[in-house]
Formats: sequence, structure tokens, C-alpha cells
Amino acid sequence: MSLVLQDVTVGPKAGNPLFSALSLRIAPGEVATLMGPSGIGKSTLLDAIGGHLAHGFAVSGTVALNGRDVLRQPAETRRIGVLFQDAMLFPHLSVGDNLAFGLVPSVRGAARRAAVETALDQAGLAGFAARDPATLSGGQRARAALMRALLAEPEALLLDEPFSRLDAELRAEIRGFVFDHLRARKIPGLMVTHDASDAEAAGGVVVQL
Amino acid sequence: MRSLMIAALGLGLATPALADWQQTLEAARGQTVYWNAWGGDARTNAFIAWVGEQTEAKYGVKVEQVKLTDTATAVTQVISEKAAGKDSGGSVDMIWINGPNFLSMKEQGLLHGPFANDLPNAKYLDLSPNSAAAVDFTVPVEGYESAWRLARFVFTYDSAVVAEPPRNMAGFLDHAKANPGRVTHPDVSNFMGATFLKQALIEFAPDQAALQLPVTDAAFDAATAPLWAWYDALRPFMWREGATFPENQSVQQQLLNDGEVDFGVSFDPASAAGAIAEGLLPETARVFVPEGGSIGNISFVAIPYNAANREGAEVVANFLLDPATQAHQQNIDVLGSFSVLDPAKLSAEDAALFAALPTSPALPKLEDLGPTLLEPHASWMTKLVAAWGDRYTK
Amino acid sequence: MKEGRALRAVVALALMGGVVLPILAGFAQTGRAAFGILPAIGAVEWSLAPWQQLMALPGFGTSLRLSLVTGLGSTLLALALAAGFCALMHGRISHGAMGRILVPFLAAPHAALAIGMAFLLAPSGWIARLLSPWATGWDRPADLATVNDAWGLALIAGLLIKEVPFLLLVMGSALGQLPVRQHLAAGRALGYGRGVVWIKVIMPQVYPLIRLPIFIVLAFALSVVDMAIILGPSNPPTLAVAIMRWFSAPDTALILPASAAALLHALIVAAAIGAWIGAEPVAKRIGQWWLRRGGRGHRAEPGLWAASAVVMGLMAAGALALLSLLVWSFAWRWSFPQALPQSWSLKGWMTPGSGWGRALEATLIIGIAATVASLLLAIAWLEGEDRARRGRATWAQALIYLPLLVPQIGFLYGLNVLFLQIGISGGLLAVIWAQMLFVFPYVMIALSDPWRALDPHHLRAAAALGAGPWRRLFAVKLPMLIRPLMVAAAIGFAVSVAQYLPTLFMGAGRVATLTTEAVTLASGSDRRVVGVYAVLQAGLPFLAYGAALLVPAFVYRNRRGLLGGAG
Repeated sequence: MSLVLQDVTVGPKAGNPLFSALSLRIAPGEVATLMGPSGIGKSTLLDAIGGHLAHGFAVSGTVALNGRDVLRQPAETRRIGVLFQDAMLFPHLSVGDNLAFGLVPSVRGAARRAAVETALDQAGLAGFAARDPATLSGGQRARAALMRALLAEPEALLLDEPFSRLDAELRAEIRGFVFDHLRARKIPGLMVTHDASDAEAAGGVVVQL
Repeated sequence: MRSLMIAALGLGLATPALADWQQTLEAARGQTVYWNAWGGDARTNAFIAWVGEQTEAKYGVKVEQVKLTDTATAVTQVISEKAAGKDSGGSVDMIWINGPNFLSMKEQGLLHGPFANDLPNAKYLDLSPNSAAAVDFTVPVEGYESAWRLARFVFTYDSAVVAEPPRNMAGFLDHAKANPGRVTHPDVSNFMGATFLKQALIEFAPDQAALQLPVTDAAFDAATAPLWAWYDALRPFMWREGATFPENQSVQQQLLNDGEVDFGVSFDPASAAGAIAEGLLPETARVFVPEGGSIGNISFVAIPYNAANREGAEVVANFLLDPATQAHQQNIDVLGSFSVLDPAKLSAEDAALFAALPTSPALPKLEDLGPTLLEPHASWMTKLVAAWGDRYTK
Repeated sequence: MKEGRALRAVVALALMGGVVLPILAGFAQTGRAAFGILPAIGAVEWSLAPWQQLMALPGFGTSLRLSLVTGLGSTLLALALAAGFCALMHGRISHGAMGRILVPFLAAPHAALAIGMAFLLAPSGWIARLLSPWATGWDRPADLATVNDAWGLALIAGLLIKEVPFLLLVMGSALGQLPVRQHLAAGRALGYGRGVVWIKVIMPQVYPLIRLPIFIVLAFALSVVDMAIILGPSNPPTLAVAIMRWFSAPDTALILPASAAALLHALIVAAAIGAWIGAEPVAKRIGQWWLRRGGRGHRAEPGLWAASAVVMGLMAAGALALLSLLVWSFAWRWSFPQALPQSWSLKGWMTPGSGWGRALEATLIIGIAATVASLLLAIAWLEGEDRARRGRATWAQALIYLPLLVPQIGFLYGLNVLFLQIGISGGLLAVIWAQMLFVFPYVMIALSDPWRALDPHHLRAAAALGAGPWRRLFAVKLPMLIRPLMVAAAIGFAVSVAQYLPTLFMGAGRVATLTTEAVTLASGSDRRVVGVYAVLQAGLPFLAYGAALLVPAFVYRNRRGLLGGAG
């Protein structure tokens, strides 16, 4: 499994690209890091790869995931997960239902409940299934968000400054938690961050935009 | 019966003869008649609802009252329908109508008929030429509308506040000067407001006969000069200095009840008694008419030319003329408005129904009301309203 | 990127066919009549006579002036009062508490409020009764024009009670989009008074966000009929009421000048909005000059207090007016100068058969149908925008709000004729459709901002988890938006309940709702029955707002993330 960017650039339809064409190959389990000044288009690039590009923007080049050209597909069929700065747990669903929302539909019945329980367990959230997400701590929420993303069995994961809201100690812990899971599951990751320590911890290639 | 047959022969096939009534009844069964009637009076609304219950039980004809703030709304609706080419299946089945609205609809061919003289119960009416049921504001009815209630212009007052009501229209000026701000009349764009002016017009006009003819500029100027002189003198002493007027007689009755003004107006001699029973006027409310008598007319129902439920409307119009219905209507506890039927044509049993009706201190006897004055020709009212607007609406 | 194009096309077509075409067709009919063509009354020749007739109608000039004075005056005053109140109260009253204070005034239909105000203010009204005879010395009511006054002051007061809360509501939601606290802190640190910072710094940022609601208020105030009948002068009345009277005069020839007047009225509304837009740069220049002088404006505070006091006074009057209706509905005899009824009765309430039962039923059916349909259309529209990932084009914005800016009377008469030709006049369906013209825009106003304020990251997260557009809509968006959805529904329902002219014209008088009955009965003699209708009429929207707040609170009683930040 690998995520390959070939001559990718993003910009307004009627204007110049935000940055010069980028080519990058991210191996399974590797987490590549994008760095650069604000406004250069890092998050826009992640939007383009994930399929969330706003109207009026265009992407050129190709993005291949395991040999599949994803740019022509709608976001929901690309199998590319995202983690944001905020955990973005759905406030109207319980923690367990948030995870179940991500779980692939092929897992049915009792197996679903079991899969959610296992994921909660792995995130150190055993017994939290019925909880209101608003009552979780920042770290708990971040772990729940990762588990939710992983239950959808993504083939790649985009990380949009996912640790920037966490304090230093928690940051290291959550970072380790996320990267360990990606490595264990051999999922390529692409992270946008302003923090050099994030890049260092990721250990993958670092691209300066 | 012979005269009816002659009439039927004379008018040919266009008129449904009495023998066709059975057919009308059959066609009417199951119909719902949308009766467009002014809805500002709860007792009238209740009476119309009662009529609907009766006709549904007796003939299978339902009545839905379309409550209007102004009868002209229904006229406008029929015109809109004609504009849209909807010449049948119209939404207005029956209209409570009078005077100018009748004239307007009759002239424009918006009415179904003639039908009224062929209703079985029309035999109880005095339909001789120039009788109250045959002429509406001097416009010959000619069977295009059917009578249902008698209207007499009366004033209401609270006898605990006003000891001596004015004896005539001129007396209102004296009362207003002594009690500034206590005299008013409904807005002249409203029928009752116009009637207030007409009552004064009849009292002051030098030549009564001219009022029964279509109006001319010269006749109008001559007849209205004393009226305007009186009104100009009265206006500064009127409620709100005559700058604004209650919208209709109901609003004015409310002002009377609130004590803002001293007099109400009504076309119903039983209105004070009825309002007392409803708690809408104090127990001491009474009715008076000017010494020389007051304007009277009959309220009619007409059927638009495109009415969807014409047969049902005819059945309802006929039911309204039933002696039992008229006696019920005259009951002070129901509506208290006097019967339109000719007492001479009633059977002894029917007459007994009327004799047995209850009385009330606020209900005048027929003889207290003095002579009935004829409505001026309808063209007078139109011109009077327009002239009043030109003079006082700035 | 073709996503949602079909959805958008369907919605756009529905709006073109359902909103724009009928309005144009209605105007075309009115326009023909204004230039002499109305075959039904035998008028078949093009001519300018209707216009000459109109100019010669008694009181035309005064009616016109009255409409301009009450319409422009009430709008300017409402804006000034709302701004003053906001400047003083923002931050001192929580957003939620403010919302709860405003709800009764937003919910109460114009007609009900007007009926209550008429009784409150009249020389024989409640205020006079409370003060008489001990304070006023009146044994009988004085002859004072405190309602239906020739200047239209009572009408302006009535309009203000409805308009100020509406502007406060839209200002409140606009303020939610601005960093008010930081601006206030920055301004006060520079030595400016709190109120002045608000006017010099915050208000100029708020104004562009509430421009459209101001235009809606202006157009409404220039064309209001029900409230003007009840509170305005009668001889002559405001232009909108005069047009209504001419349309329904016994002399059917008046329909022609009435049509001309209806057309003119539409032009006046357009001109008023144009003049307002024209005055904006001037106001801006004056404002800039004032700003650059750098006055710290500590002396402006009393003005703000005065504005706030007036707003409080208006709200108190509105509350008393609504309360008086409730008292009347339980009264039997209540004569001047008694402060409360001498005798009480449940008769009004015990007889639903007298009419209010059926009116209530019709109101509920129409209100629910118009609201649900409008809500579905609004959701379809907004979802279409989301799927195309683009904002709203200006023309689309104009299309949605068109019915609120165009005076109803200008096209409703013509539309009635059109409907008769199609053959759906007088039916519930016609009324529901006509009400939707006015319900849909308000639903859109209520729903658009919260819809767009929904954090798009939630939807991206859902998409990244494999949820397609429909699942995102039903499983994420709608449940998260349940509060604004319920509030939009409540607002839509309240708008439906209050509709007078569309119900009257499109129902051909046959569809009797609480509002049409209340306005009709207001010109009757029985305040007790009016009280019953008006209480029901004001109560229904109030219940709808209550449900809008309670239902999400109950469904999400265990979801803190959706309950924070009330309103």
C-alpha cells in the first residue's frame, strides 16, 4: 500500500497554482510531513487528496493510492481517512456510535458491537461507548477520532495539524499512539504541521512547500 | 294560482315553474351552499348556522357561511371569476345583498334569475309593485333576489347616560354642542354610515319626490345644500372632531359600550335588546328613531349567475321565507329582526307563532318605530358617498 | 463536480415556477387593469384613465403621505432603537435570555398585537381604565385620538413592537459572526465610551449583515394592511388599506384605479428601497466625518439609555396588549372605567362550534403543510449548494427574498384571477401555496446561516469515513442541525399563522383561519370573541417556538456539544 503524488499542484481555477508541482511517494506505514508558511496551500493540498476541495479550486497532476487514480473519485469512495486539529466527533452521537459510524458496513450484527468495543479498548476508552463525546478529555477525543478513522479501514490517512491543540506531554503521547497504529497497519500517512518535533517523530520524508 | 300560471306562461320556459320545485329539491340534495354574508354580528352568524342545520336535516342542503367584512368582497369575487372565464361552478352560491351591490350586480348580469317569485314560500310576501319586498332602493327586484329580513334604521343609546335622545336629526347638532365628542357615525364608505347621511338627507331635503328619481347634478345640489350646512356645523363637535369614524356599526356599538360615544346605529330594531342579552351593551341600553320615522328596507339574498350550488341556494332562500323560520328569526333570543312576511297572508297557526314570541324592555314595539321612510334611489347614495368623500376626505 | 446539479436544477425550477412566474403573472394582470383592460367589467380599451381617476380619488395624496411617513418612519425608528438597545444590552443580557424575551413578540401575529394595542391605547382602553378615574378624573373616556390618529403614530408604535424585536434578532445573529468583545476592549482602551464603540465600530460591521432584513422591514411597513386597518387612521387610511378598499368597493369601476394604485404602490416600495440605498453613502460620509473627529462620546450614553427605555416601554406595551386579549377572552361585562371585568365567563372558550374550532383546524393544516413543504425545499436548496460546493449567487438570493420585498397587494389580486383560470382558487392548496411564498424566505433566512456555520470538517470526516452525500445529509447534517431546523420550522409556522392577505385573496374568503377571522371580528363589536381568536392566533406560534426549543433539548438531553450556546 502506498500513496503516490505525481506533479500535483493546487490553485484557484482562474489563477496561479499555490505552490510548484509536487511529487512524493509515501510507503506503507510511513508518515510524510508537509511544512511551510501559512497560506501556502498545505491544507488545500490535503483537501484535494481527500476529495474535499472547495468550489473554484482545481487540482492538477495525479494522486494514486495503491495504483488507483483517486482524483476522479468522490471523497467517500477514496478510502482516505482524515484527522483534524479538533477530533470532530459528531456531537449528536455517543462515542460508541461515532466509532460505529466509521466501521465498514461489511461487519454486521454482534461483530459490529465487538469491533467497536475492541477499538475503544485499544484507545483506552473501554466502557465509554454510551458517553457523550463532549464529556471526553482532549486526549480521549483524539484517540477516539483515530479509532473511528481506522474502523473505516482507510488505505491512507491525512493528518491536518492533528496535535496542535494538545499540550506538550499529551502531544507526544497521542502522536506516538497515532503513528504506532499507522505503522502497525501499514497505512501511509501525510501530515501537515508547523511543529518540527511532529516531523521528527513521524520519521518520514519532510517536504517544505 | 291563476296569476302564477299567467306569469309562467308569460315568461315562457326560462322560468322554472312551481311544478319544478320538486326537481330543484332533488338537485339540491347533497349540495353545500356557500352563503357570503357580512360576518360582524355573532347573532346573525349563529342564525345562519341554525339555518344550515335545519336545511341539512330537512333537505340535505348544507350551508357554509363565508364571513365577509364587506359585502362588496363577494361581488369582487364574482367579477374575478367572470374575468377568468369561470362561468359555472363559481365559489359564491348566495350573497346577503342590498342596494348598490344589488344594482351593480344586476346591471352587469352577474345574477341568476329571476327565481325569487317562483319560490313556494314567496306566496307569503307582498310583492305588489313598490312594496318593500319588490323594490330594493327603488331598483325593481324582478325576482333576482329574495327577501329574508326586515331592516329599520334605528339609533341605540344608554338611557342611564342620555336622558333625552334627540328628537330628530337636527337635534343631534344640539346634543353634540352640549356634549362635544359624543356623536359620530360609521365611516361613510360603509353602508350604515351612508344611511346616517341619507336619513339626514331625507329629513332636510326640500323636495322628497326628487329623491326617488335617478339623481341629477341640479337635484343633488338642491337637495344636499341644507344637509351639508347641518353637517358642517355638526362636524367640529363630533367624536375625534369628525376626522375619523368607526369602521362600521359594530365598532360604533363597541364605542357606545365603552362610553366613548352616546349613540349607536343599527338596521335592526332588536339590536339593543340582543346586545344586552349578549352582554355587549349595558342593561339600560334602549332604541329610538327620529320623530318623522326612519329609513327601512328589506335585506335580500341573491344568487350569482355562475353559482355552483344554485339549487341548494334556492332551497335555502325558500327556507328563509318559511313562516316558522321568520318567527324564529323574530324571536328576541335569536335575532329579533322583524318578519318580512305580509301578516295578512299568514294562516292563523302561523300568526300564532309570532304572537307567542317573548318581549324585552329594550325591544321597541312596531308602533314605536313610526313610519318607514323609503330609501332614496340608489344613485343618490353613490353620489352622496362620493360627495362626502370630496368634501371631508382630504 | 457535477454532484448536486440535478438537485439544484429541480429546486431552481420549483422556485421559478412557484415564485417568480406567479408574481410576474399577478403583476401582469394588475398592470393590464391599471391601463384599462379588465374585460369582466367591460373595460377593454388601453387608456390612462385609471391613473387620472386615481389622482382624483379623495384622500389619495394623504394616503400616499401616510404610507411613506409610517413606513419610512417606523423603519428608521426601529433601526435606531434596536441599535441603541443592542449597544447598551449586548453582553449584559445573555444571548439565550434575549432570545426568550424576544420570542413572544416575534411569535405574536401582527393582527393579534394590533387588536390588543388598539384596546390598550384607546381613550377607553386598558391604560385609561387603570388610571381612571382616580388619576385622570375621567368618569367617561376623553375624546382623544390615541388610536387611529391622523398622523399614524399608533400604527408606528404597533409596527415598532414587531420590527424592533425582529431587528434585534438579526443583529444578534450578525453579532455572533463578529469578534465583538475584542473590538469593544480595543475601543474602550482607547478611551471611547462603551456605547460609542458600539456605534462607531461594531454597528458599521453589523449593518451590511442586516441590510436585507432592513429592506424586508421597510417593504413590510410600507405595505402592511391588517395592522393599518386596526391601528391606522381611517379617513383616509394608508395607501395599502385604501387600495384594499377600492378593490372591494361596491362601484366595480374602482378596480381599475385600484390596480393603478397597486402598481404605483409596488413602485413606491422599490423607490423607497432605492432611496435607502442611495442614502447609505451619504450616511457613510457623515459617519466617517464623525469618526475622524475622534470624540469619545461619553455624553452619548444617556441617548442609548433613552433608546433602551423606549424599547422596554414598547415591549411592556406589547406584553400588556397580548395580556389584555387574554383577559377579554374570559370577560363577560367589562366597562369603563373598571380596571378588570365586572363579570367573567368561559362562554367564548366553551363554544368552538361558533367558528374558532374550524379556524384553528384550518390554521394548523395550512401552517403545518406550508412549513413542512418550505422546510423540505430549503433543505434541498441548501444541500444543492453544498454539493456544488458553491455559495449562493446574487440572483438566487434575490429570487428567494423577492416575495418579501414585493408588496403583496400588487400581485395578489391579479394572481387570484390567474388561479381562477387554473381552477384552484378557494382551496386549501391555493392558500398553502400562496403562504409558502412568504414562509419559504423566512425559513431560508433562519436556516441559511446555521447551515453554513456547520463545521465542514464534520462532513469531511464523514466523507473520509465512507459516507456518501445522502448519508452525510441524513446521518450528520440534519441531526446536528436539529435546533436550527426546529427554529426555522417554528418561524415558518409563525409566518404562516400571521398571513392575512394571501389567505383572504387565495382562499376566496372560504378558507377561514384564525387570522382572517380575527381581523374580521376586530371590525365587530365583541372584544371577548376577538380575544379568543387573538389568543389562539398568538398562542399557536408561541407553542411552536416552545416546541422548537424543547424538542432538541429533550432529544439531545445527554449531548452537551449540541446544547451549549443557547439560541
